[in-house]
Amino acid sequence: MGISLHHISKSFKSVTALKDISFDVKSGELFGLIGPDGAGKTTLFRVLTTLLLADEGTASVAGMDVVTDYKAIRNSVGYMPGRFSLYHDLTVEENLNFFATIFNTTLEENYDLIKEIYVQIEPFKNRRAGKLSGGMKQKLALCCALIHKPKVLFLDEPTTGVDPVSRKEFWEMLKRLQQKDITMLVSTAYMDEASLCDRVALIQDGTILEIDTPQRIIEKFPRTIYNVKASETYRLLKDLEKYEATHSVYPFGEFLHFTSKDAAFTSEELIQFLEQEHHTEIEVSEAIPTIEDSFMTLSKEHSNNGN
Amino acid sequence: MKRFRGFVIKEFYHIFRDKRTLIILFGMPVVQILLFGFAVTNEISNVDIAVLDRSKDSETQKIINTIEASKYFKVTDFIVDEKQIETIFKKGKVKAVLVFENNFSKDIVAKNMANVQIITDATEPNVANSVNTYLTSILQQYQTDLNQRQQIPYQIVPQTRMYYNPELKSVFMFVPGIMTVILMLVSAIMTSISITREKELGTMEILLVSPLKPYQVIVGKVFPYVFLAISNAIIILMLGFFVFKMPIEGSYFLLALETVLFIFSALALGILISTISETQQTAMMASLMGLMLPTILLSGFIFPISSMPLPLQVISNIIPAKWFIILIKGILLKGVGLEVLWKETLVLVAMIVAFIGLSVMKYKTRLE
Repeated sequence: MGISLHHISKSFKSVTALKDISFDVKSGELFGLIGPDGAGKTTLFRVLTTLLLADEGTASVAGMDVVTDYKAIRNSVGYMPGRFSLYHDLTVEENLNFFATIFNTTLEENYDLIKEIYVQIEPFKNRRAGKLSGGMKQKLALCCALIHKPKVLFLDEPTTGVDPVSRKEFWEMLKRLQQKDITMLVSTAYMDEASLCDRVALIQDGTILEIDTPQRIIEKFPRTIYNVKASETYRLLKDLEKYEATHSVYPFGEFLHFTSKDAAFTSEELIQFLEQEHHTEIEVSEAIPTIEDSFMTLSKEHSNNGN
Repeated sequence: MKRFRGFVIKEFYHIFRDKRTLIILFGMPVVQILLFGFAVTNEISNVDIAVLDRSKDSETQKIINTIEASKYFKVTDFIVDEKQIETIFKKGKVKAVLVFENNFSKDIVAKNMANVQIITDATEPNVANSVNTYLTSILQQYQTDLNQRQQIPYQIVPQTRMYYNPELKSVFMFVPGIMTVILMLVSAIMTSISITREKELGTMEILLVSPLKPYQVIVGKVFPYVFLAISNAIIILMLGFFVFKMPIEGSYFLLALETVLFIFSALALGILISTISETQQTAMMASLMGLMLPTILLSGFIFPISSMPLPLQVISNIIPAKWFIILIKGILLKGVGLEVLWKETLVLVAMIVAFIGLSVMKYKTRLE
């Protein structure tokens, strides 16, 4: 009764936005769609919210087909588009009331559902929505998407452009909503948010790279990751890219994350190589893999296969 | 119904919060009517003219007095030399010079003929033309008076009468014209912009993923503009009636009916434009180029359709404004009813049906 997709493909004039995508989201699940900009996340959302017709494949939301039952879906899902899509010239309260009215409900009727979020924006209820801060806007948009007690909630990059504190708060809200039995599909380009989902799908170039719980995706990471640091970061990156034992190397915070092709590779070999290349202040330590590491590896394999 | 009401209330918020647009919407008709009514006019009054009188006799003096007595002319200069004509025109104030030949009264008596010359400054052709006509008619009037004293065997005296606008007031032409332009602007441009704004802001996406049916969205968006357009029409008619004494000869009911029909045709055009344009800018350009220009230039508002080249005459038929101007002039000035205007009314109705039909065909319930 959650969401299910079977072999969904969608192309625009020259770009293939979605390639043969199939997955299921269980009822009551908080499912993350993780991928960079342009991966096809928004297109996928639009197919599921009945805004676009897929070229191939079938999909259903809460048991309803996205093509034949599109009117019923529009009645029962909540959708928060990636761009702030509320009325800038209406106040917070007017926006909420408007969305309540068009869904034939009132603010009071479903107040318990949005209460926790609404109390945070209530002090600004007479402020025009266009004058709210980024985090506040997203909270208001979430309230508006929730006002009719949707069975399924689609959140397209809800935390993009929001400060870290508000992001954290936002995810806590989603966790609490989950307890109210709402199925949620959330997309994000922030890899660190993946661990907050029940399950995630990693998506790139319109293809699903992996679907699993965040924990298992990390566990499945096949290699040892080394945090590498030296005085000249840029030269370090260039040198490691040329190194014959390198499987992947990419910047990660203040370090470079390095993995080797060779399973028996040790950190001593790496240090030796870097000393040969006259790097100074070398630091090498083992790192715990994150979703981002998995994504980088999977996406590299994906593009290698593609070529 | 509750949904629809909520939607319309939201629309009114948008309109009333956008103060600048609101001022333009209500200020523009007033300013335009007053401007066109008072300043932009083909009538002449108090035009400065000069006289070169070589006779200086009783007859020329009488003519000059008659001219002075009219409200159209003021004789400001008396010149004595032909060379002064150019000099005085170059100064720019005097628009015409009236030249009397030598022996004016003597010639009238002796030869039954005397010459008088009207020289006009045609840098402004309209003014020159009017001055010429007015002066000629004053001279003719004088001649007629003169003839009554003498017997002439044959005489054709044309008796002209201008029906429906005896004083040829240009404001009678501008009120219907401006009403047409303003209604087109409010109805078509404003609705097409307000619908495309939802697309541009992304709110259309949310409205689509809601129980609102597409027709509810469209009708809800258009509804407030019907009111705005009607109140604009009332303002314009009141200004015309009270300030410029524009008559309303025909039935008020028919006037209201035809106005509402025209508003609907313009709204339907606005909806059609919004279904084919994605951004406010395209909608605005499409409305301005596709609607406003034809409404001003090809509707017969300023330039008579009968003097246009044939292709333009044909094109003018698909412009609702052309039919509305015929209708409204018929009702306001001639006081005719549906028995005469049924054809134009039917054309408007057919246009509404066609535009709405096209919009429904073009309307997308999805994003593409």
